[in-house]
Amino acid sequence: MNSFIPSLELYLQTTAQMGTPILFGTLGGILCEKVGHLNLGVEGMMLMGAVAGYMTGLSSGNPLLALLAAGFSGAFGALLYAIVTVTLQGNQTVTGLVLTTFGTGLSSFLGKSMVGVSLPASIQEAFSVRTIPVLADIPIVGKMLFQQSPYVTVALLLAVLLWLYMNKTTMGLNMRAVGENPGAADASGINVTGCKYLHILAGGFLCGLGGAYLSLVFVPRWQDEITAGIGWIAVALVIFSTWNPLKAIFGAYFFGALRGLSFVVQNLDMSLFGRKVVIASQFLDMLPYFFTIVVLVFITMGKKAENQAPKALGNAYFREER
Amino acid sequence: MTVNIVKKPDLSPRQQALFRVGAVLMALVCTGVIMALLGYNPFVVFYKMLEGSTMTLYRFQETINKAIPLVTLSLGSAVAFKMKFWNIGAEGQFYLGALGAAWLVFNLPALPAPVMLPVMMAGGMLMGGLWALIPAVLKSRFGTSETLVTLMLNYIAIKFVTYLQYGPWKDPKASGFPKMPKFGDYAVLPKVFGVHMGWIIALAAAVLVWLLFRRSKLGYEIAVLGESVSTARYAGMSPTRITLTAVLLSGGLCGLAGMMQASAIERSLSATLSGGLGFTAVITAWLARLNPPAIVAVSFFFAMLLQGGSYLQTAMQIPSAMADIIQGIILFFVLGSEFFVRYKVHFVRQAKPAGKEAGA
Repeated sequence: MNSFIPSLELYLQTTAQMGTPILFGTLGGILCEKVGHLNLGVEGMMLMGAVAGYMTGLSSGNPLLALLAAGFSGAFGALLYAIVTVTLQGNQTVTGLVLTTFGTGLSSFLGKSMVGVSLPASIQEAFSVRTIPVLADIPIVGKMLFQQSPYVTVALLLAVLLWLYMNKTTMGLNMRAVGENPGAADASGINVTGCKYLHILAGGFLCGLGGAYLSLVFVPRWQDEITAGIGWIAVALVIFSTWNPLKAIFGAYFFGALRGLSFVVQNLDMSLFGRKVVIASQFLDMLPYFFTIVVLVFITMGKKAENQAPKALGNAYFREER
Repeated sequence: MTVNIVKKPDLSPRQQALFRVGAVLMALVCTGVIMALLGYNPFVVFYKMLEGSTMTLYRFQETINKAIPLVTLSLGSAVAFKMKFWNIGAEGQFYLGALGAAWLVFNLPALPAPVMLPVMMAGGMLMGGLWALIPAVLKSRFGTSETLVTLMLNYIAIKFVTYLQYGPWKDPKASGFPKMPKFGDYAVLPKVFGVHMGWIIALAAAVLVWLLFRRSKLGYEIAVLGESVSTARYAGMSPTRITLTAVLLSGGLCGLAGMMQASAIERSLSATLSGGLGFTAVITAWLARLNPPAIVAVSFFFAMLLQGGSYLQTAMQIPSAMADIIQGIILFFVLGSEFFVRYKVHFVRQAKPAGKEAGA
């Protein structure tokens, strides 16, 4: 029992680290879906951010530059998506899948020469774990929240800021209007196309940052397909959190905890009613997807308006065809 | 300067096809420029890809091997898409089909191949179809979005196969390696003209799906339901029955692709059996406008890209990921070109603010 609390604290600390890239991807996905665009390219944008961040970090040694490069290359992926789906009204599902193929290919192509090259000390130093005195000594959650890389903390702050933006500002309200009923939004004077571009690109920026967290901080080396499906978990989590950035924090940490668990133990042994039960790690890996289906069924069954998907999700908006 | 966008009269299928071929050519020019910027001669790269995918018998057979599952998966996806049921779960249904076939091989005695192979096909199709039925039931009962459910089910299927591979179905004789036992020869599709007979099955499936769409009552019902649920209901059709039948068929075809890949290529089941072909199939089906002959052609072209890409690696030390990049660029262009198929864009020199307001 004496070793239980410290190991729980350590586990929670890992949970937050595992959850951070998922959180970035989810916030990016929420921004995009809230203006009515289902973007299945999260994985691709994260990979583009991961490779651009690593390349820039490697060549410049400047952490800020690396972050900007990661964000902007994620936004570049989102720009391709936005041109095709917003302006040219292409099919969102297919375009998203294509973006993932493209981003995966691009990152793997550019990353080839960086395998086995490690990051300069200046980068590792900038993102290293900081301990906030006193607060980090809070039992159980202290280490999780206050003994982390600043990257982890920033993700949390971003989630809160995004929630405030969506729910407490006029621009956030406009953005939600565009996702619910672009025709009405347009009639009330909102620049629908501009609003969509802005939020889709911002979403891509966040996805790019999420990818770079993996390559610059979490791993931190270059490896092919470094995201290992986190982008898809993020797509799932957008729904799981019912498009709410605050719930996304809990969701991301919850899914992070599950991933952490399958990282630590190959098989989970438990005794249930006196019988030994073994749960293979693959079943833990399945849970995020399984829970998402359950949540999806529940929100379509229940009619609580605040939990529903944006009404215009997946439909192109074209003024002339209103 | 203002931009006026005007709806075009519908183009003939030939004109539409020309538009898409034009988009592919523009994409190839664009990729060529990118390659030149990266320091490669684009003409050499394209030539090598062509060489690597078609110019020797062996490489051509490899391309066909990649095209077979892609054609079958695309056909499966197309059946659902026709109904506007966005089944992007081809990947998962593929794995379930392979799993069903493998289960039969591991649990049945060594039957003669003419008995065994049809049994495996039936098992694969059934499992793939049942897996696809989950989102269909959820959709018709609760209205749950099938796009997202099929997507999630893909990962559940892959993880489940991984579990079997590392756990209960691991070959004890593989000295600790996490892989499943190989199928006996009786469970492997025989070769016809040097390529496993899946190519005959895939082509037959293309003909059957074509007949389904063009000649059958069910195909007509699927198309009507895709256009409007209320029209279908008004005409006395049962949306639930049509949805479930079509989805069973869609998943069944994807499952068949999985069975063929497990039997003929891998001779076993593994969690990397598909290599993402199920996702590519969503794209190829859409690109071919759900038209079976076009699906065969587009899938073959994509198989060439994949095979040519892996040849680049050995011939020119260019990472095979180049194929993904080219694929992505081509598709962005084609997806974008759809707009110009439907609309005419005029650039008007003089700004007419009043006219624009009135038009809006």
